[in-house]
Amino acid sequence: MAVLLLAEVTSGELNMDATAKAVTAAGKLGDVTVLCAGASAKAAADQAATISGVAKVLCAEGESLGHRLAEATAELIVGLAGDYSHIVAPATTDAKNIMPRVAAMLDVMVISDASGVVDADTFERPIYAGNAIQTVKSKDAKKVVTFRTSSFEAAGTGGSAAVETVAAPGASALSSWVEDKVAASDRPELTSAGIVVSGGRALGSSEQFALIEGLADKLGAAVGASRAAVDSGYAPNDWQVGQTGKVVAPELYIAVGISGAIQHLAGMKDSKVIVAINKDEEAPIFQVADYGLVADLFDAVPELTGKL
Amino acid sequence: MKVLVPVKRVIDYNVKVRVKADGSGVDLANVKMSMNPFDEIAVEEAIRLKEAGKAEEIVAVSIGVKQAQETLRTALAMGADRAILVVAADDVHTDIEPLAVAKILAKVVEEEQPGLVLCGKQAIDNDMNATGQMLSALLGWSQATFASEVSVEGDAAVVTREVDGGLQTIKVKMPAIISVDLRLNEPRYASLPNIMKAKKKPLDEKTAADYGVDVTPRLEIVTTTEPEARKAGVKVGSVDELISKLKEEAGVI
Repeated sequence: MAVLLLAEVTSGELNMDATAKAVTAAGKLGDVTVLCAGASAKAAADQAATISGVAKVLCAEGESLGHRLAEATAELIVGLAGDYSHIVAPATTDAKNIMPRVAAMLDVMVISDASGVVDADTFERPIYAGNAIQTVKSKDAKKVVTFRTSSFEAAGTGGSAAVETVAAPGASALSSWVEDKVAASDRPELTSAGIVVSGGRALGSSEQFALIEGLADKLGAAVGASRAAVDSGYAPNDWQVGQTGKVVAPELYIAVGISGAIQHLAGMKDSKVIVAINKDEEAPIFQVADYGLVADLFDAVPELTGKL
Repeated sequence: MKVLVPVKRVIDYNVKVRVKADGSGVDLANVKMSMNPFDEIAVEEAIRLKEAGKAEEIVAVSIGVKQAQETLRTALAMGADRAILVVAADDVHTDIEPLAVAKILAKVVEEEQPGLVLCGKQAIDNDMNATGQMLSALLGWSQATFASEVSVEGDAAVVTREVDGGLQTIKVKMPAIISVDLRLNEPRYASLPNIMKAKKKPLDEKTAADYGVDVTPRLEIVTTTEPEARKAGVKVGSVDELISKLKEEAGVI
């Protein structure tokens, strides 16, 4: 079986972690060809070629493929699809934008956010915010799958796959890029960090959310947030952990002032060690926490940051 | 401009999900069902476009079991003008896959000729996050997914999207499919007079067969299981104890 894997390439840069995790999942299905597509993608393609288990890399460069726009990238993938039994990607927002479009163009169902590979046709995936795990067997001739990266270990490096160039499609007249608002940060990326510190509504303001950032920086951790904190404007949208935000599984997850709604638990309950700091001892977060501290976060967090 | 808003009847987001003992799925009998929360946001956005004079008519459509007419009545009570129910299943446990839903919606779009389809980015039951993108592919329309801000200007819409890393703004040519994210708006509650009025608004009933769409699932459900439960741990009495547990017992810092 041959697998085409859409690498996560943003502004010319390869997201190594997400791509390498998807390579691990894809490797269970067959020989993996990685596709790097973007306005510039050559450097990403060269880097993807070093991922262990990658048989070949395809590099498509063109203006039409830049800025995360779905239409041209979907067209590119559909054009290449004939040679592959599976078309897969890490379940990032970009892939979730593109892959269902690809699936519909091929008249197949998409299998979103797969957390396990049973065999070439059969996949496990969480449903109902992770409150159930469904095993589905695809009857489609081609499988289009996105993989939940927190469920797979990243493939190592040391490979040296050949990189081939493929032509980019012309620009789509349907959509155009206006601007990006991307916050630059020196912190580790949320979905690949070893430690994540998340804050909830109890922080009360974006100024006080700095307490969470201070603790995170002390631990070299990424910062996350509950939906309530993001909705209230205390934290930016891409920090949201949960059913509809990011799904993380770090070694250590520290939930501060987060009650633990099922929608939040869906995004973090596979973390290895969970710490909860909350003044409400009945908060559901304590039901999943390995270590719970019933305390006012405004006392506990500065003390914790100070003593680490 | 006419706006089409697909809405899905799903388990209420506050209900504790129970997996059926025979592994066939999640128990939905005698469980509170509601409109998918993302779809409520889509309905709200359509109403705001109408209130702003950018849309003339809002048509809500639901594909599923007959009981989905309750979901459509909710959309009508919020402010949609009329509704179309496409019955595609008899058993409340049957989930129509996004591909089949998109195919039916494509036919509805052909008939209704809306200038915009506003839909939720994902349904909180199957968590697929696919229908909008699939519909857009089938129609060959532009797509703007995960919208947190929408502004319709003539024959284009400027949409800010929630993406990994932050926000992105794109411009899409109309007609377009826009899938909405959590922070686009806060949906209104339907008032009692509007709930009463909604009962008189037109609701057409169709079937998947009327549109000639085969809804046979492509994905066979092999089994549905409970996720591995996490055991509750211990409460610690102080920050010092927490630090010592994390260092010595867990070894994570």
